[in-house]
Amino acid sequence: MKTILRLVIYILFLSISNVNCQSKMAPITGGEYVPLYGRDSLKVTITDFLMDVYPVTNKEFLDFIINHPKWQKSKAIKLFVDKSYLYQWRNDTILGVGQELNSPVTNVSWFAAKDYCETKGKRLPTVDEWEYVAMANKTMPDARTQKSYNEYILGWYEKPKSYNQTIGSTFKNYWNVYDLHGLVWEWTSDFNSVLVSGESRKDVDNDSNLFCGSAAIGATDLMNYAAFMRYAIRGSLKAKYTMKNLGFRCVKDVKKTIQ
Amino acid sequence: MKTLKSLCLIVITCIIFISCNNNDKKKKTVNTAMIPVSGSLKAELTSPPFVPAPVGNRPAKKLIVNMEILEKEGEMADGVKYVYWTFGGSVPGSFIRTRVGDEVEFTLSNHPDNKLPHNIDLHAVTGPGGGATSSFVAPGHEKVFSFKTLNPGLYVYHCATAPVGMHIANGMYGLILVEPEGGLPKVDKEYYIMQGDFYTAGENGEPGLQAFDMKKAIDEDADYVVFNGKVGALTGDNAITANVGETVRLFVGNGGPNLTSSFHVIGEIFDNVHIEGGDLINKNVQTTSIPAGGAAIVDFKVDVPGTFILVDHAIFRAFNKGALGMLKVKGEENKRLYSGVKQEGIYNPEGGTIQTMPDTKKAIKVNPSSKTLAEKLVSGKQIYMKTCFACHQANGEGIANAFPPLAKSDYLNADVDRAIGIVLHGKTGEITVNGKKYNSVMTSQTLNDEEVADVMTYIYNSWGNNKTNVTVNKVQSVRNGH
Repeated sequence: MKTILRLVIYILFLSISNVNCQSKMAPITGGEYVPLYGRDSLKVTITDFLMDVYPVTNKEFLDFIINHPKWQKSKAIKLFVDKSYLYQWRNDTILGVGQELNSPVTNVSWFAAKDYCETKGKRLPTVDEWEYVAMANKTMPDARTQKSYNEYILGWYEKPKSYNQTIGSTFKNYWNVYDLHGLVWEWTSDFNSVLVSGESRKDVDNDSNLFCGSAAIGATDLMNYAAFMRYAIRGSLKAKYTMKNLGFRCVKDVKKTIQ
Repeated sequence: MKTLKSLCLIVITCIIFISCNNNDKKKKTVNTAMIPVSGSLKAELTSPPFVPAPVGNRPAKKLIVNMEILEKEGEMADGVKYVYWTFGGSVPGSFIRTRVGDEVEFTLSNHPDNKLPHNIDLHAVTGPGGGATSSFVAPGHEKVFSFKTLNPGLYVYHCATAPVGMHIANGMYGLILVEPEGGLPKVDKEYYIMQGDFYTAGENGEPGLQAFDMKKAIDEDADYVVFNGKVGALTGDNAITANVGETVRLFVGNGGPNLTSSFHVIGEIFDNVHIEGGDLINKNVQTTSIPAGGAAIVDFKVDVPGTFILVDHAIFRAFNKGALGMLKVKGEENKRLYSGVKQEGIYNPEGGTIQTMPDTKKAIKVNPSSKTLAEKLVSGKQIYMKTCFACHQANGEGIANAFPPLAKSDYLNADVDRAIGIVLHGKTGEITVNGKKYNSVMTSQTLNDEEVADVMTYIYNSWGNNKTNVTVNKVQSVRNGH
């Protein structure tokens, strides 16, 4: 009886703290998969983790920098952010004209994103984790061979100026996570671990993994193109860079000790 | 005797060898890498069809080039929208004009609103990736690199970011000219034209915003093949112009991604073609082949006035996919060079009397047969498909900016006699059909009165027109009335 009561209180406490200071997270069940662009070996093992349901919003980031003034536009150290950091914001704590509170925050550097997640007790997802969750469509955990899945992604690449949409405006995927495709690019902790030189024809020689990997899972050309462009954008970044189309979300490890 | 002969041979061979060697040495003394630069200059960049001013006699300089990448929506054809990825906001991208020995300092900026990283591979660059490795740039950032132009010629530049094919198919290409010392020979007019093939989710002509279709691109099944990025970029009011007696030089490139161009100007012969944009000049060329990722410099003197049509002579691309442009030449007629129509006649290989028309006003006698409307429509359709289809198209839709539509045509429906007259006598000059101006030539058609009556009846009873039944008598009266 006592144990149950304690458990109930514990759960209540957990959920309250979730509502109050954490954005919603979705549990992701780990597994093995072959990424398009393997780093060392072909198969990647993902352990269970939690992922933010939505990208971090302007509102959330605003709250963050009110409490952490070192990330305000005028105070941020230039080593950690480039000139276009929070470019559209009117000043340190006021959003720019036309920017919605519940739109994804963009023009943030990797350093700022990483610090944001860490203050919440979270971290940025790895490329492999991000890609693992993002290969789902509405109904399947791995929809990469589906024509409609790839068309959706490619369609977004061709839509100009989609950064002013609000969170949740795209689809909820198999893991109950929104907006992985169709809203903004997202930072990953190890974005620069895949070396795309930008000279993609040269990369053909350099990283035969890409082609072996994609061949191994019977990848279509369409798929190649959709994912390739994500790796290309990551390859073009440096940690202090900020972009109008680049936001982020956080993840959290699942504690295995809970029985 | 024999020994003497062979000795002679050896000596001659030696002489030939030595002289060859001498020539080689002479050529090698011009080492373009050693050309010194003096001063710096901001490069003038132009959108097609225009080119910057020639380099003339200027010395080699440090040339500053600032190129901005813009992803933006444009119009592929009337009512058909497409998101182009561009160098400098146009397809093809801005024209860059340099001279051999210039040290080009190239700044590539990727607009913050863009979604994708890009780079540039200039075929004029001697170096890895043609600059692509050094210019890979994220949205909202810029990269600077520099190179020395070592080889004169006309070169393509393009984006080489993965997926390369998609970046090129969306319009990321342009031309950079490296002029020889002292510049190219002076001409009166210079223009910039670049062909490209496009692959859209919808078929040719399907309205609305069209997405890029990867599968069609891989299959090389182009929906549009166009000059300067869109259908009609060089026709009607956008036509390039010249005056009689002037020499016109065209810098023609082919961005691809897939198709080779058979570049031809209808009614002109290229006096000089820098084959593949290099040093070799061919003379008196009708059609020059321009590979994807290649270019050619052509020039010709325009001797007579008129509209000269620029095409990819893989001709369905011109009339059905958009690879059609116009050069309008103004000036005095020169009947000695081109007479225009002198005489029209009936050709009858069976040996019948040759009757000329319309000057003699002798109408050809046809038995005014009493065909039913249905019979007229069948025969009219056959005549249409033989005679009219090539320009006015299968469903009377015409070709934008070149050939007016017959379907739902206000001009056609307004005046039956006028329409009959045009079929009998031809039509030259500007007309307005359904609110659009056309300035083209239709020749008079060698059809007898019954055939004219049938085909006109077919046209009037198709595609939403006013269902006039044109009789043979009506045709005769129009013919005799003139």
